[in-house]
Amino acid sequence: MRGALLIGMLLATAALADESQVKLKEGEGRQLVEANCSMCHSLDYIPMNSVFLDRKGWEGSVNKMIKVMGAPIRTEDVPGLVDYLAQHYGK
Amino acid sequence: MTFDRRRFLLAGASGVAYAAARPLGSLAADPVLGPAQLPSGALESALLDALPGKVPLIKKSWRPPNFETPVSYFNEAFTPNNAFFVRYHLANIPDVAPQDWRLSVGGDAADKPYELTLGQLRSEFTPVEVSALCICSGNRRGLSDPHVPGVQWGYGAMGNARWKGVRLKDVLARAGIRKEAVEVVANGADAAVLDKTPDFVKSIPAWKAMDDNTLLAYEMNGEALPHWNGYPVRLVVPGWTATYWMKHLTSIAALSQPFKGFWMSAAYRIPKGKFPVVDRFTTQETDANTPITEMVVSSLITNLTEGQRFAPYQSIEVRGVAWDGGYGIAAVDVSHDGGHSWRPAELLADLGRFSWRQWRYVVPAARAGGYTIVAKATNRIGASQTFELNFNPAGYHNNVVQRVNIQVG
Repeated sequence: MRGALLIGMLLATAALADESQVKLKEGEGRQLVEANCSMCHSLDYIPMNSVFLDRKGWEGSVNKMIKVMGAPIRTEDVPGLVDYLAQHYGK
Repeated sequence: MTFDRRRFLLAGASGVAYAAARPLGSLAADPVLGPAQLPSGALESALLDALPGKVPLIKKSWRPPNFETPVSYFNEAFTPNNAFFVRYHLANIPDVAPQDWRLSVGGDAADKPYELTLGQLRSEFTPVEVSALCICSGNRRGLSDPHVPGVQWGYGAMGNARWKGVRLKDVLARAGIRKEAVEVVANGADAAVLDKTPDFVKSIPAWKAMDDNTLLAYEMNGEALPHWNGYPVRLVVPGWTATYWMKHLTSIAALSQPFKGFWMSAAYRIPKGKFPVVDRFTTQETDANTPITEMVVSSLITNLTEGQRFAPYQSIEVRGVAWDGGYGIAAVDVSHDGGHSWRPAELLADLGRFSWRQWRYVVPAARAGGYTIVAKATNRIGASQTFELNFNPAGYHNNVVQRVNIQVG
């Protein structure tokens, strides 16, 4: 019982913590996206919002995070973020 | 986030075992994850998993947690607490200890600000129970054409429950709410990761706050609210979309001026005049847009899945639910030939005007072939569902009639 409970707890914890199982597509800028976007939310927001945004759409999303949600994303990082998102999750 | 042992135990072995037994990747084509019209990436990144205290639900995002209820649960009149959808904007969600919980009641349009403990809330006001559908403004956003950004909900960001609590108007009366109050603002314990992110705070018009049906609820379907649905107390605003149903409530304030905050002035807004809604939120209107208010009339087929096969020459039972913003459902018409001919469905028990209404329809014994089932609800003030999407940039109020294709033979 105790053993089963322990395993159960580990599974439950794993399931919860399991935003780490979200694997973004390989490509230049992936780490930049992971570092900036995962400050506030799990990375599954990105594939969930694909594939339908064009480059302008992703640029709008990144800028909303900065201007509205207050994300501390450096201005010089924005093009790299948008490039990655548009190339791998854009239409 | 922290999770205590009790919450884990509530999760039950079944949920965990289910999640563990179905490895990632094996669910990609599972229709339970949502209709095929969802964005491809939304379908691919969805999976079934159980939050503590919940059965496996459709995971849309982990953090903040957004989990959708599989449609099969909607065959029940009331949605089980452990299957009720979960929706958060902000990722810091505290585990509120009941003995520490306080509700502050005040605002510049209240004479006598005060605080309540959970025990006081439960014992010092008249308890009331209301059956009401709680539906995310963006339910079915994922079906928007063209797609719009946001949580890509399918059909399951909703649930029907019996909410027990006390009237907001009674709590406001004790604070000496004055006639100058135009809005009542609600805040909850959940918070953003960053200081600069706008806190999720919502207001409702004073007239809606003083409505007999607007509650501070501490029970849902006869049990304490689940953590993920706002424990220990949430606002219940029957007829209006769930954005106003503040979870983990911490403060209520009566204001003499319209509340200015991102989640009111910029989010949850619909183009003015675009939808046939009656309730207006005039203190928050601009020339172009207005806050979302009441739910639009809609319905859902709950017992059929796309492409389901049936034996020929046997009648087929179709079941579903229909709802609106609180006027009541007058009729549900169903077609089994793709909308050419219609017959009324049988309406089941009336559970109150804010609850959804279950309905039933029997497709007569039919020969082999493809059949398209369509359901369309009409409410008591003559509003009905649309056949074409009433597009808006945030994907709200999608009440396009649903079409389910089945195969006989």
